[in-house]
This record gives sequence, C-alpha cells and structure tokens, in this order.
Amino acid sequence: MKLDHTQPLEYSTDQNQLNILGFWIFLGAEIMLFATLFTSYFIFEGRTGSGPTPAEIFEITPVLIETFVLLTSSFTIGLGVHAMRLGRKNAMLTFFGITLLLGLVFLGVEIYEFMHYYHVGATYQTSGFTAGLLTLLGTHGAHVTLGLFWGLFIILQVKKRGLTPENANKSFIFSLYWHFLDVVWIFIFSFVYLKGMM
Amino acid sequence: MEFFERFAVPHPSPMIYASMVAIGLVVIGIVFGITYFKKWGYLWREWFTTVDHKKIGIMYLISALLMLFRGGADAILMRLQLSSPDMEILDAQHYNEIFTTHGVVMIIFMAMPFIFAFMNLVVPLQIGARDVAFPRLNALSFWLFFAGAMLFNISFVVGGSPDAGWTSYFPLAGNDFSTSVGTNYYMIAIQISGIGSLMTGINMITTILKMRAPGMTLMKMPMFTWSAFIANVIIVFAFPVLTIALLMGTTDRLFATNFFTTTNGGMDMLWANFFWVWGHPEVYILILPAFGLYSEIISTFSSRNLYGYKSMVGSMVLISLLSFLVWTHHFFTMGQGALTNSIFSVTTMAIAVPTGVKIFNWLFTMYKGKIRFTVPMLYSIGFIPLFTVGGVTGVMLAMSAADYQFHNTMFLVAHFHNTIIPGVVFAMLAGLTYYWPKFFGFMLNEKIGKWSFWLLSVGFVLAFFPMYITGLDGQARRMYTYSEATGFGPLNLMSFFGAALMAIAFVTIVYNILYSIKNSPRNIGNDPWDARSLEWATHTPVPEYNFARLPQVASSEAYWDAKKNGHKLFTGELKDIHMPNNSGVPFIMGIIFFVAGFSFIFALWVPAVIALIGIFACMALRSFELDHGRHIHVKEIKEIESQYEGGAK
Amino acid sequence: MKLKWALLVSLTTLTAILAGCEPLMVLDPKGPMAARQASDIMLLIVLMSFIVIAVLVILAIVLFKYRASKMPEDYEPPHIEGNIWVEVICIGVPIIIVAFLSFVSIKSNYIVESAPTGYEEEPLVIYASSSDWKWHFSYPEQGIETVNYLYIPTNRPLEFKLYSYGPITSFWIPQLGGQKYAMADMVTTLHLAADEPGEMMGRNANFSGKGFTENTFNVTAMSQKDFDEWVEDVYKTADPITEEEFNKLLEPGHLGQMTFTGTHLDFSPAPEHNHGSDGDETEAEHDEHSSHDETNEESDHSGH
Repeated sequence: MKLDHTQPLEYSTDQNQLNILGFWIFLGAEIMLFATLFTSYFIFEGRTGSGPTPAEIFEITPVLIETFVLLTSSFTIGLGVHAMRLGRKNAMLTFFGITLLLGLVFLGVEIYEFMHYYHVGATYQTSGFTAGLLTLLGTHGAHVTLGLFWGLFIILQVKKRGLTPENANKSFIFSLYWHFLDVVWIFIFSFVYLKGMM
Repeated sequence: MEFFERFAVPHPSPMIYASMVAIGLVVIGIVFGITYFKKWGYLWREWFTTVDHKKIGIMYLISALLMLFRGGADAILMRLQLSSPDMEILDAQHYNEIFTTHGVVMIIFMAMPFIFAFMNLVVPLQIGARDVAFPRLNALSFWLFFAGAMLFNISFVVGGSPDAGWTSYFPLAGNDFSTSVGTNYYMIAIQISGIGSLMTGINMITTILKMRAPGMTLMKMPMFTWSAFIANVIIVFAFPVLTIALLMGTTDRLFATNFFTTTNGGMDMLWANFFWVWGHPEVYILILPAFGLYSEIISTFSSRNLYGYKSMVGSMVLISLLSFLVWTHHFFTMGQGALTNSIFSVTTMAIAVPTGVKIFNWLFTMYKGKIRFTVPMLYSIGFIPLFTVGGVTGVMLAMSAADYQFHNTMFLVAHFHNTIIPGVVFAMLAGLTYYWPKFFGFMLNEKIGKWSFWLLSVGFVLAFFPMYITGLDGQARRMYTYSEATGFGPLNLMSFFGAALMAIAFVTIVYNILYSIKNSPRNIGNDPWDARSLEWATHTPVPEYNFARLPQVASSEAYWDAKKNGHKLFTGELKDIHMPNNSGVPFIMGIIFFVAGFSFIFALWVPAVIALIGIFACMALRSFELDHGRHIHVKEIKEIESQYEGGAK
Repeated sequence: MKLKWALLVSLTTLTAILAGCEPLMVLDPKGPMAARQASDIMLLIVLMSFIVIAVLVILAIVLFKYRASKMPEDYEPPHIEGNIWVEVICIGVPIIIVAFLSFVSIKSNYIVESAPTGYEEEPLVIYASSSDWKWHFSYPEQGIETVNYLYIPTNRPLEFKLYSYGPITSFWIPQLGGQKYAMADMVTTLHLAADEPGEMMGRNANFSGKGFTENTFNVTAMSQKDFDEWVEDVYKTADPITEEEFNKLLEPGHLGQMTFTGTHLDFSPAPEHNHGSDGDETEAEHDEHSSHDETNEESDHSGH
C-alpha cells in the first residue's frame, strides 16, 4: 500500500481517496432522496383527510431536545475527527463515543415522539399528511439508527487496530454521514416543525 | 393449506401451468447438468464470487439477453392476440399482465443490464484502468439486479404477475383495484434492482473521475466513457426519486398508508409525477450510452475521428439537464392548464436541438471517411434514419394540444418503440458485435449478422410504422382486442408479421453466437476492426489486469495515435499489480435480498425480518473485514504476457 | 438498401390508407377543437417529413460517396475537429424549427383549453364520470342522466366536467377533440363542440383494469331541436335515478345504455377540487400549481 504523507491520513491511499469521492456522490443521491421526501411532505402537509393537522400534533419540547442533541453530536464528531488528525486515539474514541450517545438520546426521544403521535391518533395509516410526515422522519431516524451501529463498529475497529489509514478513512466518511444527517435535521426542524407549529 | 393458497396464481391458464412445468424442468436440468459436469466449484470461483469488471459485464450481458427473450415472448403474444379482430388467445387479464411485464422486463431487466454490461466491459478499458473504483460494490450491484430480475420473473408462476401497466398508475395499482400480489412484485423487484443501479452509478462516476490513465483529461475521454459518465450522473439523481415512489407504493399496499389513495388526503397524481420524474431521465440513461456506442462505432468504421467532439459532449450535458425538466409531458392530459402544458411542451421540444446536433455530427463523421459496412456499422447506419423518425414523432407528441389526440394511443406506442429499438436495442446489438471479439477472442459471423440486421430492421418497420396509423385512427394502447368494424385488422396483422420477423432476427443472433463459437478463427489479434481507442490496445481476450503497464494518453483516440502517429502508449518498467480479492458476500447478499423481497411481497414477516437482519449482518461483516487485495508479481505478469502473441508490450 | 425498404414500406402503407380506406378518425374532425388538433397534426406531419427526408438524403449521399469499396486503397480520411459555422447551422436550424413549433404549440394550448368561440349560446355543461367500466353522463341543466351514451346538440359549446369513481380514466372522443383525465379527487374540464350531426366513437383511453377495452360509449350529435325532443322523450319514458340504484351501477362490470331522469349529482356530488380550466381558478387549483412548482424545484437540484 502506497502512503502519501502530504495528505491527511484519511486521504493517504488511492483507495481512501476513491472512497471519499464515492461517498460524496452517495450523499448527492441522498440529497435527492430527502428532497423527494420533503417535496412529498409539502404536498401532503395540508392533506389531512379526517385526521389531525400538523399544529394539532406537534410538541415543541421533544423536538427542541432532539435538535439540541443532534446539533451537539455534529459538533462532537467534528472534535473527534480533529483529534484523529492529531493522532490522539483516545480523545477521538471519547468524542466518537459521546456522539453515539447523543445519537442514542436523539433516537430515544424520537421514539417517544412517535408514540405520542400514535396516542393522539396520528398513525401511519391515518392520512396523507401523517404518512408523509412519518416517512420523512422515519427515513431520517433509520439513517441515524444505521449510523449508530456503523459508528460503534468503527469505534471497535479503531480500538482494536489503531489509527490505520483504513480506519481513519472510515471514521472520516462516517463523520460526513453524520454531518449530513444533521443538515437534514435542520431542514426538518425548520420546514416541518417550525412551519407546522406557526 | 391456507398458508399456501397465497402462492397460487389467481388467474391460471394452461399456458401458465405449462410454464411452471417448463421452469421446473429447466431448473432441475441446470442443477443436474452443473453437478454432473462438476462445475459448481468453477462457477463459484470464477463467476459467483468474481469482482472482475469484465466478468461482471459478461454476466450482465447474458442476463440481458435472457430477459430480451422473456420480454420478446410477451411481445409476440401481444401481437398475436391483436393480429386480427376478436382473437381469443389471451383474455383481458392475461393481456394486461403480459403488457405490464413486457414493459418492466424490457426497460428495467433488459435495457438497463445491457447498458451496464457495456459500461462494465468497456469503461475501465477505455480509460486505461485495471478495474472499477469499488469492485466488490460492482459485484453487489450485479447480484442485486439479478435478484430483482429473478424475483420479478417468478411472479408469473407464484402468486400472479403485476397487471397495472409498467407505469402502474395509482389508484389502479392500489389495493382496491389490484388485489393480487402482482403489484407487490413490481414494487419490490424494481426497488431491489434499483438499489443496484444506484450503486453502479456511484461506482462508475468515481471510476471515471479518479481512475483515468495519465494524460487523459476529461476532454480527452473517448465518447462512450463520456456518455457513460453522464448517464451515471443521471442515475444518481433520478433513482432516489424512484426509490421513494416505490417505498410509498409499497407501504400503501402492505401497510395501508394513504400516499396514493383517493381518500384521507392521498394523492394519486403524485405517483404519476414521481414515476416520470424518474422515468423520463431513465430513458436518457438508456439512450446516452447508446449514443456513445454509436459514436465509437461510426468513427471506427468511417476510419475518421469523431466530428464535433465538444458539441457531442455539450449536447449530452444539455440533454441530461433537460431530461429532468420535461416529465409532465407524460400526462399533458391531466388537466394542469394551458400555462403548465406550454412550459413543458417547450422544454420537451428543446431536447430535439441537442439530439439533432448529434445526428448531424454522426453524418459529418462519415463525411470524407472510408465507410466499411460491417455489422456494427449497419446497425449504426440503420439507427440514424429510424431514430430520426422516432425523434420527430417525439416532437409531434411534445405539441401538447396535439398530444391530447396522441396520448394513450398506438401512436405513442409506435413513437417510444421507434426511439428505444433503433436507439437502444440496435446500439446494444451493434456493441455486442463490436466488442464480442475483445472479450471472447473470436468474431461473430458477419454474414449471419447481416441477415439478423436486415430481418430486424424490416421487421421493426413492419411492426411499428402501422401503429402510427392505427393510433391516429383511434386505437387506444393496452386494448386487448378490437372489433372488425374498427378497421384496425389489416395493419395489426402487418405488425404481427413484423414482430415475427424481429423474433426470427433474435433467433439468428443466438444462432450466430453458437455458430461462431464453433467455426470462427481464434487468432484475430488485439485490434480486429482497426479501431481507435484504448480498449483495443490491450490483448484479446483481455488479461485479468487489463494493462500490464498503464498507458500514457495524449488524445481522445490514444490507440489511433499510437498506430498512426507513433505515440508511445506503454512506457516504463513492469511493476507488481494490485488486484482486489474475490468475495462470495455479494452473491450471498443477492440471495438474502431475494428472500427478503419475496417475504415482503407475500407479507411473510418472520422471514422478512430474518432476511433484513441477514443483510445488516453482511454489512457488519464487511465493516470488520480486513481485505487489502493481492498482488500479481512481475514474474507472473511476464508469464501471462508471453502467452499472448508478440509477448509483453 | 435498408432506407429504400423503409421508405417503400411506409409509402405503400400510407398510400393504401389514404387511397383505399376511410380517413383516419383523428384527421376527420367534426368539431372546432378536433379541427385545430388535426390541422396541427397535419402541419407536423409535413414539417417532420421534410426533416426525415433531409436526413435520409444526406445519409444516402454520404454513404454512397464515401463507401470504402469505392475509395482507393491508400486513401487516408482526414482529421477534422469540427467547424464553428457548420455547427452554428446544425444548432440554428433546429432552434428555428423548435421556436416556430413552440409558438404554434402555445397558441393551440390556449385554444383547446378555453371554451370554443364563435357560438352564440352558453356552454352546455355535462358531467362525465367513469366507474369500472362505464361512463355516466349527467345533464344538470336538463336533469337527465345517461349511462354509456352521450347525446349532444350541435353548434353549441360543450363543457365536460370529468371525474372518476375508480382508477384514472381518460375521456376521449377522437372526432370532437383530444382527451383529458378523469380522476377521483378532483374535477377536470374539457371544452368541446360539435359542428355537424352524426354518430361518433367515444372511449376511455387510459388503462383502467380488466374491463378497460370495452369501456366505450356512443356519441350522437344532433341539432338543438332534436336534442330538445330527446330530452322531452326521456322525461316521458325514463325512471328517476335513486342513490341505491346509482350505487348498484357503480359496481365493477359492464352495462348497456341506460337513461334516467334526475342526476346523481344531487346525492353523490362531484369532488370539490377543480383543476385545469383556465376560466375558474379556485383555491384548489392554486394548491395543485404550488405542488408542481415544488417538484420543479426538486428537479432543479438534480440539474446541478
């Protein structure tokens, strides 16, 4: 394996560079995926049928917690990648661990939120609006869930095999993924919750 | 017993029972044959676990040909049913199933793998790379496509085929009006192969952007690589829309959500919009690589460089942008009003401009050339006028006021077959003949090939031109029969004869392959067509590592430069070559996806959950796996190279 | 060779059709909308034929002139990158054609989407709704409902209000004008008119399931006097439509022609959303348009 030491570790091999570019293209596809979900949500927003309207079911507290937790996790993973570039393995692992914990909290609150919707009669089957909302939130939540497992695997690998170019590459790509989920959440927060509660 | 009833075909007929028996016998025959000849190990080592882009390309090619015959059989049955008034070969239900599967199979499981076959086979060679960027992902793409294709095809004998048209408009495709599992097959089989397509898109873009030979700038890429690049960009942006549409359609059918229903806030028109936001770019995903192949072939057999390289690239970029801005023209009649229709009418017609530029560039490429009428060139020459007819009828359809009369008629059917068959199918057959020697080491017989071409072209004209006329005479598409009083009879009979000629043409193509395996000479050298780009600079058949030394490139026709202008392609010492390891995981994941898909289709939740866990387990396994590939050492390379005529290059 | 074949085949079929048989339905209009569409189509056929012939001629000349068998053995084709002026022409000519056609297209769009002009009377409003696999025609003005047949007065604008009790269908009377969709959650509007009396074919053109092929109806155009007589006749002979009866009619299947007094609009009104008529912009329509815009936006993302 050829190592290019002028580059950061995660970019240091040819395959690493390919992986990062490929992942950016994947994120392009993900943007389209969420753009489609947002489009359909906007279309369904007013189509509540006999079910509740957005204003009737949205609660501000859990949403604020979710937003705070996820934004913080985006910051901590940034710190994690910074620590990785400095070669500080333990600091990196700590920050990655905090990130995942915050992700777990996010997921817990989101599950609570879904149960709340269920109890107030906004189920998946209720109306076009609820289906659109829960698909958008659910897709994001599924991404977070997948990310939790992925992040955990990366932590285990870094722990076991150290900061190899391969692991650095994986960690960096994972951080891109995590930031992306955060950006999507900002859009959800603004255009779903704030818009719906106004 | 109740459990098994769900797998019964809801509308059985002798034909379906016969197919069940035939499929069963063929499967048993294949398994027995492989076991008898002790080929399981060979298949596993060389094909099921391969990550070599050439072998994956060949597997795509074989699958596409198989699916061509499946979709072709559907087509012949349809034309037979319509060949004269009041025929009773098929009833309405079977006719509906057959045109639905014909459409899906031909677009998703025939045309798509065909273009993926050529992208896989040709792109790494044209850019002077040793493989694609993510070889393992490439294998996974193939096996997902294959799982989707197999899943879709068993619908015929297990549970019933989809019957709501390849467009599957809701609410017709919803639970209220499509009660059998057929449409579940549609949703899930396309979803699985769609995921594969998306991964191919990511893979190819990365490959083309990052792995080009030294000296090959973007504007020095061969035209097929350019077309593949743009098509893959469209894939990455269009397929997620389909993913979501199919997801929503699936939850509507399996979990009773209200996305595309007509009650509780559902919106049936949204499906049509999403479907075509994907569907229109999709046709350009198919046609652009076809344009790329024609560019290579016309240039090679005119012995001239491609005229207007820059405008060729520019027009493809423009087409790809416009392709996302025209989807409403598939339903001008939905009542959006004059303004919306006018906008989409103009954007649609605008596509004629870059397409026209390409036609002229091909004509100018032949100008002052030295035109050799080989089989690939014949297909390319036949393509130009036939595709022009398809293109101008497209402009006719783009006139939204007039489209009120064309829409949903045989005129439309004639139009899109007139673009897809001369556009895509001819290109694939041309490409098949053109690249066959590179990968198999012998040429296909020219004489039989010319017969195939003429049969196919004449058959095509006979089959589809009459539809323009019956469409204008009021024959709606998807009608399973018509009365004698309509007067559609003679022209439909003509269509049937045309379809029969096309069927014969496809049989001659298979015969040609078998004949050539037996009779063609094997010592053809690495450049049998006197071609121009890099793929012809390496040996025939191509060694595993493609190029012993990576080529140095100075123009878009690097090999021509080397042949005529004394450009040095291969310089420097031989070095160890790094190659990826084979892996059985993609194949296994394909099987698990198949099981998962099947379980979802029949709402079998326990196996569905187990299969999903299996998929995630495979992904976890991949995460922890340490696989640095292997090296082919200089000594080995020298041995392999010396086996080819002329020794190491 | 192949070109000659293609040309020969298409020409023979075309002459056979034009000489021997009746005129093609779409090109044999009986009303102003169909006439506009037919003249557009003829214009397109002529213009497009020129383009096809031009391409064919250039191709034939090039193939004939530069075939290898005619070239000397040592002929080396030149390297030509491209010529800016040639390309300007190649781009310019299609642009002119497309611009011209766009102009025609936009003009025709506004014509077929608004009520036909030149008639003295107010439009006759007819509600045409489809169910699997029938058409129900309600004449609110006359208080009449028919199934699977349509009587219309000539020389009077017709305003069809379309909707569906099932899958998306498409209301199409080729000789009066092109089609439009009928959908379950909104009403679409189609403007037509008939200029001469006679019988015509009407059908659902959009695939809607098993009974789609037989989902047709007969159209009879007659003078206003005959039409009024028919209305009177109906009142003498037909039974009133009831909700129970109507619900029975909606069940999937095929029915012959039926006639009732009264309309189902009283107990089973048309969907509220209006869509696609330029005359009456309703709030619902705004909703629709905004949804299209959003999809538009999304495709803009993809462009980058």
